[in-house]
Amino acid sequence: MSAKLKTWKELPLGGVVPGGVARELNKTGSWRAERPVWHEDKCIQCLQCWLHCPDASIVIQGQKVTGVDYDHCKGCGVCAAVCPKDAIDMVPEREGTCAR
Amino acid sequence: MRKVMTGHKAVAEAMRQIEPDVVAVYPITPQSEIAEYYAEYVHDGIVHTELVPVESEHSALSACVGAAAAGARVMTATSSQGLALLVEVLYIAAGMRLPIVMALANRALSAPINIHCDHSDAYLARDAGAFQIFCESAQEAYDYTLIAQRIAEHAKVRLPGIVNLDGFALTHTSQVVEPLEDAVAKKFVGPFQPLYPLLDVDNPVTWGPFAMPDYYFELKRAQEAAMEEVPGVFLEVQKEYARLSGRPYAGFLEEYRLADADRALVVLGSTAGTAKVAVDALRERGEKVGLLKVWLFRPFPYAAVAQALGHLKYVAVLDRAISFGAMGALYSDVAAALYRHKDRPVLTNYIYGLGGRDITAEQLESVLLELSKVRPDEALRYIGLRE
Amino acid sequence: MPSIKTLAKREEKEIRFTPGHTLCAGCAEPMVVRTVLNAIEDPVVVASPTGCLEVASSRFPGTAWNVPWIHVAFENAGAVISGVEAAYKALRKTGAIPRRIRFVVFAGDGGTYDIGLQALSGALERGHDFLYVCLNNEAYMNTGVQRSSATPACAAATTAPVGDAIPGKPQDRKDLTEIVAAHHVPYVAQAAVSHLIDLGNKVERAMKFDGPKFVNVLTTCPLGWRTPRDSALVQSKLAVETRYWPLYEVIEGKYKVNYKPKERVPVEEWLKTQGRFRHLFRDPRGKERIAEFQAAVDRHWEWLLRKEACLSGEEGGQA
Repeated sequence: MSAKLKTWKELPLGGVVPGGVARELNKTGSWRAERPVWHEDKCIQCLQCWLHCPDASIVIQGQKVTGVDYDHCKGCGVCAAVCPKDAIDMVPEREGTCAR
Repeated sequence: MRKVMTGHKAVAEAMRQIEPDVVAVYPITPQSEIAEYYAEYVHDGIVHTELVPVESEHSALSACVGAAAAGARVMTATSSQGLALLVEVLYIAAGMRLPIVMALANRALSAPINIHCDHSDAYLARDAGAFQIFCESAQEAYDYTLIAQRIAEHAKVRLPGIVNLDGFALTHTSQVVEPLEDAVAKKFVGPFQPLYPLLDVDNPVTWGPFAMPDYYFELKRAQEAAMEEVPGVFLEVQKEYARLSGRPYAGFLEEYRLADADRALVVLGSTAGTAKVAVDALRERGEKVGLLKVWLFRPFPYAAVAQALGHLKYVAVLDRAISFGAMGALYSDVAAALYRHKDRPVLTNYIYGLGGRDITAEQLESVLLELSKVRPDEALRYIGLRE
Repeated sequence: MPSIKTLAKREEKEIRFTPGHTLCAGCAEPMVVRTVLNAIEDPVVVASPTGCLEVASSRFPGTAWNVPWIHVAFENAGAVISGVEAAYKALRKTGAIPRRIRFVVFAGDGGTYDIGLQALSGALERGHDFLYVCLNNEAYMNTGVQRSSATPACAAATTAPVGDAIPGKPQDRKDLTEIVAAHHVPYVAQAAVSHLIDLGNKVERAMKFDGPKFVNVLTTCPLGWRTPRDSALVQSKLAVETRYWPLYEVIEGKYKVNYKPKERVPVEEWLKTQGRFRHLFRDPRGKERIAEFQAAVDRHWEWLLRKEACLSGEEGGQA
């Protein structure tokens, strides 16, 4: 939230904002204390992690998991908990590795 | 063509000509007839409007907000307790800059419950962010419904508006009204231009976001800027309407025999008609009295009021509601208008007509006659109250 | 029925609820929201009343909604969506809206069971074409875990604390799903966040109907239920397995219980995993209260099976 705040003259009518802009504005990855680490070799592509991620932060391409969106992942661990193959580990964030 | 109709029918006729896409309305005395007339238009298939016969006034205005944000032209009507119930959403409609026009059949607020006229409902909505117009007659109720629609939808404004008409005195009495031809009225109102409609699914927007202290203040200031545009737009639209209709509308106020007066009344709504009778009677007896009728109550036309009243010696401001623990709302506005003016008449506040108590020309004559004798410390008096 | 791949394909094409919202880490609400929106193929317009989801998804100037979305107040989502849908109908008549659009409400239990019940009931009775999804986390979580009429008996809430005189919420929860079913709308269901594919299927079935559709989704809240933040699915699954939260549908008046646990898992198994019921396991009268809780769950389950047997739509019915 370091963007310059707008004056009242610059605001949209009635506070109406264009859809989906939170993704750029709020990098909630900075909340994370633990990060999910996905192991492709163990993954069976069941997509359970994608389905249940509260932050839509399991990245998929062609309906296959390709990684984690660390800009937004809050580190809740639901993906690791729901994984049937232990293909996701939760590891403590080291200082300096948090997304901003 | 001149027709005899009630205030309600006059408003319903204006609504039929405006033909909103959505009307959401809930019955309450004395407003119900507007809902009934409009339901007839819908059920007879003479308008394309979707009628949403909601389960409360709160839902009426909530549905209007949803429909307006969706991109529809919408209208509603209410009264008294209904206004009290929906006032939460009125603040929201204003904050969301939605042009919803609402007829308000002015009625007293409970308790005790009472179905008759006073202005406590309109005063309750005073700070909500809707512009408010008061009407003296069924003709004005018709005219200002059309005018309000144009003001509300104006690109500079985009705010809800309330057209006040006194319960029973205007809503249920038959008067001669001369509506515009349908085609003329429709052309005057014009097509609705939605802004950021929800139904434009290819350009998704978020309506009604949550604002923290970093933005709330700026958003409210921007809302006030829209209110500041209302007077200019009001005059522009009123002038166009006056030309079109031949009606003598000019300005936020109607000044009646005021130019050479030394004493005057200031009133809202149908009482102006009674006041004109009182003024005429006293003028016949050589008394230099006049009347100031306020059409535009919100935003309050401070400068115009000061200009109209500054030359007078005594002014009686009549409020048809008690603002408990304070002077009347109209009085406070008039006093504020005059405070910065170099010449200031002596102001007295009169409370009258609560819960439908009659106000007569004779009573108003007495007020005008006693004004010069009211003790300066007696700033608030009551008319027609058993002491 | 939409498979997980179908849901994924749709979200890859167009994400309707984006990251960048500020719901708690581990919140179950976005799981439900994404699944519901991915299960609907048509364009949608969404309304939400005040609550966690609304506050956390729409902080100005940001928004996580990539579909048209509106919030007005706490008690009126049913009325707001009525207005949006009425506008759509009116503008369809004039030809201004060429495409079919669907309307969805996401509301919490406070905005549905309590303050929003009247507006919901009105919208159901008037027959507007919309899907109402209750994200039922069983208390007013946004304002700090106050009790609602969805809060189960005995649960600790900040307005029903565990005191020496009154331990937690004295009253049982309201059966809102049945209240909605009593409006005789075309589609009513209960679902749970642990069963998202079932939820997706339900939404797809629901959207085949014109008129009001309602899905009450148990949407566990690690914060308010006082459970670990990665446990939302665990709590939800136990709620289903213990028959505390039956998965069922009422389609045009016909009842169908979607899942009947083979084993009878005592509700205690569910209660003991949550901080809000901890007092039941410390209080000497806890055993008695748990037994009463179990009895209520059993009664409701039996009643539901009987209802299914009578109103299954199949000749003679079946239990």
